[in-house]
Amino acid sequence: MSKEPVAVVGIGQTKHVAARRDVSIAGLVREAAQRALADAELTWADIDAVVIGKAPDFFEGVMMPELYLADALGATGKPMLRVHTAGSVGGSTALVAANLVAGRVHGTVLTLAFEKQSESNAMWGLSLPIPFQQPLLAGAGGFFAPHVRAYMRRTGAPDTVGSLVAYKDRRNALKNPYAHLHEHDITLEKVQASPMLWDPIRYSETCPSSDGACAMILTDRAGAARSPRPPAWMHGGAMRSEPTLFAGKDFVSPQAGKDCAADVYRQAGIADPRRDIDAVEMYVPFSWYEPMWLENLGFADEGEGWKLTESGVTELEGDLPVNMSGGVLSTNPIGASGMIRFAEAALQVRGQAGEHQVDGARRVLGHAYGGGSQFFSMWLVGAAPPSS
Amino acid sequence: MEPIRDIAVVAFAQSDHRRTSDEHSEVEMLLPVLHEVLDRTGLRAGDIGFTCSGSSDYLAGRAFSFTMALDGVGAWPPISESHVEMDGAWALYEAWTKLLTGDADTALVYSYGKSSPGSVRDVLTRQLDPYYLAPLWPDPVALAALQARALIDAGETDETELAAVATRSRASATANSHAQLRGSVPQGDYLVRPLRTGDCPPIGDGAAAVILAAGDRARELCERPAWIRGIDHRVEAHSLGVRDLTDSPSARLAAERAGAFERPVDTAELHAPFTSQEVVLRKALRLDDSVRVNPSGGALAANPIMAAGLVRIGEAAARIHRGESDRALAHATSGPCLQQNLVAVLEGDTR
Repeated sequence: MSKEPVAVVGIGQTKHVAARRDVSIAGLVREAAQRALADAELTWADIDAVVIGKAPDFFEGVMMPELYLADALGATGKPMLRVHTAGSVGGSTALVAANLVAGRVHGTVLTLAFEKQSESNAMWGLSLPIPFQQPLLAGAGGFFAPHVRAYMRRTGAPDTVGSLVAYKDRRNALKNPYAHLHEHDITLEKVQASPMLWDPIRYSETCPSSDGACAMILTDRAGAARSPRPPAWMHGGAMRSEPTLFAGKDFVSPQAGKDCAADVYRQAGIADPRRDIDAVEMYVPFSWYEPMWLENLGFADEGEGWKLTESGVTELEGDLPVNMSGGVLSTNPIGASGMIRFAEAALQVRGQAGEHQVDGARRVLGHAYGGGSQFFSMWLVGAAPPSS
Repeated sequence: MEPIRDIAVVAFAQSDHRRTSDEHSEVEMLLPVLHEVLDRTGLRAGDIGFTCSGSSDYLAGRAFSFTMALDGVGAWPPISESHVEMDGAWALYEAWTKLLTGDADTALVYSYGKSSPGSVRDVLTRQLDPYYLAPLWPDPVALAALQARALIDAGETDETELAAVATRSRASATANSHAQLRGSVPQGDYLVRPLRTGDCPPIGDGAAAVILAAGDRARELCERPAWIRGIDHRVEAHSLGVRDLTDSPSARLAAERAGAFERPVDTAELHAPFTSQEVVLRKALRLDDSVRVNPSGGALAANPIMAAGLVRIGEAAARIHRGESDRALAHATSGPCLQQNLVAVLEGDTR
């Protein structure tokens, strides 16, 4: 039994900003969906099903918003699924949609993820106290900073590496018209002089809070044949989860991330990711996660990830560009952040990434993670259809 | 729709549904159910190919509430896993699609919900259009009453017939040790006219879990698997003003796509929390008096939000496992006044 090949034929996103006060949540998601439809030169009538994802409902204060959004997304009379897997949700949502095509349940599926953080307060949404359970401590930065510190201790990475990543990603964002932060006067010195928030994480090494949505049209082989522009083909996709907290958990390089990447590489026939993959769009909400994930995803040996970053390999012009779009560090509508990674990977292999296009990108990895480094979703897309 | 691979429900377990479960967390409520469903097949968590759950942060009153439940599953070594912020019936749908791709041969599906810690009538108002409707705080009983009134005005039912639905459901529930309300329950006073307390579901806490398996794996794990012959779900517009509340076109379409109308079913487990909604669904799903509707007692006997839909699929499958049904329809709903509906058709092998 073989799966139906899955192609990305439409991609749309909003210009991500701190607050989209000019549109409702419905207006925001519809904007991204319509851009994806326009890219694919399809209409609402061509869509068989809608798969929507976002991070916690408390971030906007709307319970199960897909019910209210059904009309705006043209889903009336169609199947509509709502995925929620914490920060990895944008990636998971795309994979659930891809399974509908791969399993031959539907021919063409609209998948979309969003967050309109300005409608509420994400820090409040994350801080509701629960008796008898561990609080996640002073927001996301407070949770992740000790793990960054552990990475530095373990690898001997110099404390300058984090600022290099932030400086790179913010410069990449200047080439991406949809990125939230466009810091035209950014310098490495400015990153390094920014206030320390959660030692060793500085203000300029953290992600912003954004309003934004990202949509993709996924389709089968027949749909891809009708695509007006080159499709991106899915060569592998996987999700892996592990518990939040347990004795022996490696927060620096979680096993679930390694297993997830290994599954994707197996499906895609990737023997050596460093050699076989042309670029990576990974989920880096705090700058130090670039070298950490480089190791977790198998692009560098353990303890060596920071050397790739330091030597310029991950720059846009480097040998393995990472976060060409500017990444989560420049744009973070939380629920959409994972899907933006997946969409950027697809844009790159379609040759449609504009000023942040990597020349000759044929195989690109999109990566997302969430929770306490416990939920992972990834896909690998290629310019050519999968061989098997 | 002809599935490319045979997939069956091979095991089902549920908690006792109760008005309150103060002494238990969600995970503690769920754990015995997970153990029971795994025990029924002899599988362990590590043997499962894919895991998917359904729940709602708003019921738990905290963001990322499903992460703690996952800890209870025992996700180590890491597992292939996903979650829908919906009733567990939709988690089952996601798991079914995963098995269709051939990437997994078995799936664990679970869902849970505790309505007791808060005012669930208030909480559910938060799932309405946040700009125009939610600020008015119309609660689900009031919205269901609008639907019931529309039905009565259209001559589709009357209060006596609604009372009979409640009486039949709760009489059936006497055979269901997990039900929250069993036996004769007075129809009661009006809660929101024309609905009396007896027309409305109990508020309660509960959990459910199902195991799916494909092809020969299903036959190994279950003496009489409940084959999913078709499953489909459809959503309607959100605004009540643009819907005919006396009908359920989305349920009808889902049933058609699931193949429900190709041959008669002998059993139907309907997720109709209000008596009036059973009237709507019976018509949309073309269920006549020859069909045994809600032998479990249905959502009028136990309505653990986010699990009640999965319980319907589980109850229908369990009847097939026990040889009490050969072809059953299972239905789940989400949203105000049956906005979103899922229909699964389950069959046992010919005896």
